[in-house]
Amino acid sequence: MIRTPSLLRRPFFSSSSSPPPPSSSCILPPPSLLRPHLISTPISLRCSAADSRSPPNREMATADNQQDPRLAGIASAIRVIPDFPKAGIMFQDITTLLLDVKAFRDTIDLFVDRYKDKGISVVAGIEARGFIFGPPIALAIGAKFVPLRKPKKLPGEVISEEYSLEYGTDKIEMHVGAVQAGERALIVDDLIATGGTLNAAIRLLERVGVEVHECACLMELPELKGRDRLGDKPLFVLVQSSVDAHDYH
Amino acid sequence: MFAAENGLKGDPRLEAISQAIRVVPHFPKKGIMFQDITTLLLDHKAFQDTVDIFVDRYRNMDISVVAGIEARGFMFGPSIALAIGAKFVPLRKPKKLPGKVICEEYELEYGTDCLEMQVDAVQPGDRALIVDDLVATGGTLSAAIRLLERMGAQVVECGCVVGLPEVKGQCRLNGKPVYILVEPREIDNCRHDISSEFLNVQCSG
Repeated sequence: MIRTPSLLRRPFFSSSSSPPPPSSSCILPPPSLLRPHLISTPISLRCSAADSRSPPNREMATADNQQDPRLAGIASAIRVIPDFPKAGIMFQDITTLLLDVKAFRDTIDLFVDRYKDKGISVVAGIEARGFIFGPPIALAIGAKFVPLRKPKKLPGEVISEEYSLEYGTDKIEMHVGAVQAGERALIVDDLIATGGTLNAAIRLLERVGVEVHECACLMELPELKGRDRLGDKPLFVLVQSSVDAHDYH
Repeated sequence: MFAAENGLKGDPRLEAISQAIRVVPHFPKKGIMFQDITTLLLDHKAFQDTVDIFVDRYRNMDISVVAGIEARGFMFGPSIALAIGAKFVPLRKPKKLPGKVICEEYELEYGTDCLEMQVDAVQPGDRALIVDDLVATGGTLSAAIRLLERMGAQVVECGCVVGLPEVKGQCRLNGKPVYILVEPREIDNCRHDISSEFLNVQCSG
């Protein structure tokens, strides 16, 4: 098997800038110059108990070990905003990808190519950015779309699942009757960080007898080990990014 | 303006779309007959038809940006944007969007709320379509129009799946036309008095 070398995309810095200091400060490069890493993609991370935790650039890729040329455009269209929503967080902002018609279309196409013949009857999207990517995927693969929402947003009868936050808990809800036992589902969100919300989404669907085929996200923050919270459910992501400002040099 | 009165009279897709929308009485509070579009999203054909009707209307209008209002506008806007080759801009509740944003206040029944847009999302010369699931008072849509115009975009039209037939013919918001697929439905045998709160709304000029 030919291993494709990892492609590490580093952001471009002007010659006058120096690497950022260890602490987050105002001399970080402007947000427009920060880009997530494109390591090697597409990355299909199979999370079974038997898997060892190998570094991302040695994970088994999908059948085509070549890097899809669309991924570079997608990775470069996502911008990183430092210190949002609070100091120390490097926020992965996908709104710039939505402004890039080709990159947005390629994103959807990559997911559709993967899922179109897998017998998936429901795409569940997590509020709110999962609502942007989930419906186009659902429509293209012939599946229904089910929104998974914060409490009290969905009218009528719901079931809810609690999950942990850094401090306290939160809940996501789904309509009773939206899905039936035996259906096969894809869960979509823009990003997986700690995996708490995705884990809650998996539990919600499994509680009503749905088979969760896979979780799909544009981005993963692997240092937060979110994939470890998905049990035996596989995770598919297009790009990975570091949470650490130090890595942007 | 309603689709049935503007080129789609008798189109069977509209009846199917209307029937796919569930009415939930007294949500979020007594008297409101909530038009729940999530059941439309479960009906693949009706959902696809909804998107197709908007796409057919807007594909030749040189629309460069589709702005969707959080959160149900996110369920329709991106598919339309992708099909017509426009960028998608999310309009969000406060503090959700990173980076530099502008904010427009709009009225609620009690108090006000704010809608935000990132400043670099649109440019002068952009032709915009605003999408939401439903138009009631028009307050949120008006705020959306103002946001886009502040950054120099031209709002061509607002598109909503459900809207009130208060004004037969053209309903305008801030002078902009609103294109609506279906009217809200009522539950025929609802035993409670239906308060006029939801139904008695104006299309603001």
